[in-house]
Amino acid sequence: MKYSEKLMDLYNNPKNVGSLDENDKNVGTSVVGAPSCGDVIKLQIKVDDEGKIVDAKFKTFGCGAAIASSALITDWVQGKSLEEARKIKNQDVADYLSLPPVKAHCSVLAEEAIDKAIENYLAKKESHNG
Amino acid sequence: MKVYMDYQATTPCDQRVVDSMLPYFSEEFGNPHSGHFSGQTAFIAVEKARRQIADLIKANDHQEIIFTSGATESNNLAIQGVANFYQNGRRKIVTSSIEHKCVIETCRYLKSQGYDVVFAPVTSDGIVDIDFLKNIVDDNTLLVSIMTVNNEIGTIQPIKEISKLCRNHGAIFHTDAAQALGKIDIDVTDVDLMSLSGHKIYGPKGIGALYVRMRPRVRLAPLFHGGGQERGMRSGTIPVPLCVGFGQACKIAKAEMHEENKRLGEFKKFFVNRILSALPKVYLNGHADLRIPGCLNFSFEGVEGEGIMLGIPEICVSSGSACTSASLEPSYVLKALSIREDLAHCSLRIGLGRFTTFEEVEYVTDRIVEVVTRLRKMSPLWE
Repeated sequence: MKYSEKLMDLYNNPKNVGSLDENDKNVGTSVVGAPSCGDVIKLQIKVDDEGKIVDAKFKTFGCGAAIASSALITDWVQGKSLEEARKIKNQDVADYLSLPPVKAHCSVLAEEAIDKAIENYLAKKESHNG
Repeated sequence: MKVYMDYQATTPCDQRVVDSMLPYFSEEFGNPHSGHFSGQTAFIAVEKARRQIADLIKANDHQEIIFTSGATESNNLAIQGVANFYQNGRRKIVTSSIEHKCVIETCRYLKSQGYDVVFAPVTSDGIVDIDFLKNIVDDNTLLVSIMTVNNEIGTIQPIKEISKLCRNHGAIFHTDAAQALGKIDIDVTDVDLMSLSGHKIYGPKGIGALYVRMRPRVRLAPLFHGGGQERGMRSGTIPVPLCVGFGQACKIAKAEMHEENKRLGEFKKFFVNRILSALPKVYLNGHADLRIPGCLNFSFEGVEGEGIMLGIPEICVSSGSACTSASLEPSYVLKALSIREDLAHCSLRIGLGRFTTFEEVEYVTDRIVEVVTRLRKMSPLWE
């Protein structure tokens, strides 16, 4: 598979690898994909009281494209409001990394990871407030 | 350090093979089917090559060797050729679920043509289930096609036992021996048809052969129609330099195979020990002993195969991971072993061969350990 330089750089030097405290009420966690499909992305975001994403971490099981896509979104969501983060679409990820068509599903997983992490954060906040 | 460790995909041409071929491009360029002196020189060279190939597989008569373009053509010719020639007779064709794609797809095609095709399962060690075969091979079985050595996991199949079974039922027995030739002792006494390939044994690409038994005679309908070369089974002018190179490669393999296997056996032992002692939860796919020493296949729990390959770009290996194939399906061979589905995505095939050095083995094991460790730290399945 021939990958772009941007993708290879993210694969070789990924920032934001790691975990945040899942029990922190300000942390939203998502796990998307399945081991049997060869791709699992775990994404965590930390949201401050103004509703801004102040930290993001990932762990990914998968090919180079999956690792780079997850590293990219942890970079992109930081400093964004939830609203803005939701606007990140799979096509943006695919375009930035010049993903080959056969790897499009990696960017789809990345988008799903963002949406689910936000959902998880909001659900936590809801139950906390309630 | 650039390292090639993908000897099941292909091998470099041995320099001695290249040297043997060179005169036949522009000096002795004749068509072996021509009657004049130029053709005769080429003819003699081709027949010598045929003998060298026959020698390596213990064929009685060198005329039983039919030159083809490679193992894919040989497998197609064997399977389709038998089915088409005997089309009004028996209807059952038995093969295994870990055959090379060209056997599986040819059998699928025949299934679409109305043949009763059975894909025999394999044990979790990657050995074809002999009890299943005993139940399924019967007096309506036209052909059994089981590979001698598997190309992904290197396991050696019980050819002698299957041969007996076929003989008992009068079924024709074909084996794809592309990965076995020059690696283990082969004896065509056990089979009726055998596919061979040049480029897997340090010969040139674009040449293969099919052994076709003469006594008792096995008949095939040809795939190509034309001048009736190769006893009418494969029309077309044969590529003399490639035939000569293939013959030379067989001659070298016959002389050096046992020494080579000893050396590769040591490398294999070192490789497996080093990987398994440095990394937990790594599995060697395929039977531990019933395998050729030059083919290793590991699953590294928690990391995906393509991800590993990307981390060792200076090393040529291959993976059964879905992400290295266009189909997005993981290796059907590993799936057939019924290993955990995620582990099929975590596999790496390492092929050792004639030009592998101990230094390379050390280097590659170190690099694999390094990259797998790094990727495991970022894997959500490794927490």
